[in-house]
Amino acid sequence: MTAMDARELYQDIILDHGRHPRNLRALPGANHVAHGHNPLCGDRVTVYVALDGDIIKDLSFEGRGCAISTASASLMTEVLKGKTVAAAEELFKGFHAEVTGHQPHPARGLEDEMERLAPLAGVKDYPTRVKCATLAWHAFEAALKTGAGATVKTE
Amino acid sequence: MTRAATHSAVKPEFDPRAVKRDFPIFARNPGLVFLDSAASAQKPNVVIDEVSEFYRNDYANIHRGVYQLSARASERHERARATVARFLNAADESEIVFVRGATEAINLVAYSWGLNFLKPGDEVLVTELEHHANIVPWQLIRERTGLRLVAAPIDASGGLDLAEFEKRISKRTKLVAVTQLANATGALVPVDSIVRLARKAGAKVLIDGCQAAPRMPVNVRAMDCDFYVFSGHKIYGPTGIGVLYAKRDILEAMPPFQGGGDMIENVTFEKTTFRHPPARFEAGTPDISGAIGLARALDYVETIGRDAIFAHEERLTGYGVDQLSRLPGVKLVGAGQRRLGILSVDVAGVHPHDLATILDGHHVAVRAGHHCAQPLMDKLGLAGTTRASLGIYNDESDIDALTAALKAAQKMFG
Repeated sequence: MTAMDARELYQDIILDHGRHPRNLRALPGANHVAHGHNPLCGDRVTVYVALDGDIIKDLSFEGRGCAISTASASLMTEVLKGKTVAAAEELFKGFHAEVTGHQPHPARGLEDEMERLAPLAGVKDYPTRVKCATLAWHAFEAALKTGAGATVKTE
Repeated sequence: MTRAATHSAVKPEFDPRAVKRDFPIFARNPGLVFLDSAASAQKPNVVIDEVSEFYRNDYANIHRGVYQLSARASERHERARATVARFLNAADESEIVFVRGATEAINLVAYSWGLNFLKPGDEVLVTELEHHANIVPWQLIRERTGLRLVAAPIDASGGLDLAEFEKRISKRTKLVAVTQLANATGALVPVDSIVRLARKAGAKVLIDGCQAAPRMPVNVRAMDCDFYVFSGHKIYGPTGIGVLYAKRDILEAMPPFQGGGDMIENVTFEKTTFRHPPARFEAGTPDISGAIGLARALDYVETIGRDAIFAHEERLTGYGVDQLSRLPGVKLVGAGQRRLGILSVDVAGVHPHDLATILDGHHVAVRAGHHCAQPLMDKLGLAGTTRASLGIYNDESDIDALTAALKAAQKMFG
């Protein structure tokens, strides 16, 4: 890797969301909450989801980690707000495939949202950093499944 | 030999750039700025060649075959033990037990010595500077022995607070288990004073020499510790081999750690008798080539000169401290009164993992995270640090590359 490659990983949008994360707050009306923990680096995140039937009415997160994990959590909250649970799951599959470099998962009808998550795709060239990018998403998934108070670990 | 003051009088200083040519990794990876020797050191040609030469010429299982090849392999393995004994200035070769690494060495002491000699209420005194490998084994046997694990705190400067240490040592203290050089921060621990205090209280002393053994002269008899442990791979030797030194009478009193071949005198289904140390603690076929490679690494280190290496590490550490202290926003994580070979930094506004990735982009290899010292990180109020650690192949240009890359990272995140 070179310094140039590192600049491709740390695109301006990542640095911006890392510095000024959106939706970084607790959500009093949340009915689904989960904690994410990456024991490798000590990063912790709590994801709050206010689910109204099948619709993600609102979501937010707390906790700080590296720029990648913070930016990923921030972008996730922006992209998922107002989506259905099914669309959110499609986006997670698409995003996961993108950052792990696995077989692409076409999240049909969600191309704009995938485009918004694209700045994180560079992570696939940094195997040790993939977990930073997926931590908040795993916590989000755990929150949907288990209601309040689950903890998910990425190792 | 253990005194810092002698270093200037002995060997002339060596040229790290010449030493670097002994390490093929640098020729194969031009531009590599390797500052992670505290995690694992690179290997010189002589070690790589020794291991492959042994496999080519003399390899067979040891202590078993009556044939000549096995006798030759056994002889080389035992010669390696003699080299380690000389390297540590042990009284006898039988005080050297080959293990997988320092982690296994400490576990061996915990499970063999600890389980048999520690009673409910006995205390094991460690410090807040310890690596997890010198914390977790004591916790694992805590339930079964009823021991109390006590941690002596660091002071405001990040070094061991010797006065607080002294307060925590008492007749209840049966073992003092301390690092000689903190892996996360480079804080040098005054082990001579610690041994004196432990002796007064009648406690045994275990020294974790993982970071110290590669960087400074070690003399276990002068130090008068009961146990000394280190890993081969951090001292330019192979992975998978390490050393437990223990005083002979203590080893003799310790029961086996693992059972198997090579450690027994006689086995029946009713009763088995065990061999004397060190064989008692070396069940099964050991890492024969590892031991031989380690001995070659120790010879190599002694050829360069351990006082000269100590002087080199001190000088380069000083240069690193000077350079890093000049960078605004870069805070050297405290290492107390004396720091050796390790420069741990906290950079304002840049997470250690982001920093390590950016530095990697500049070919600077460092470690980021908690360095297997989470209690210390908690005490310092840090999630982690970015750690640069020095070896015999590093020189000022590596520090300069580090500071240049740090500045670039700060600019990116500024």
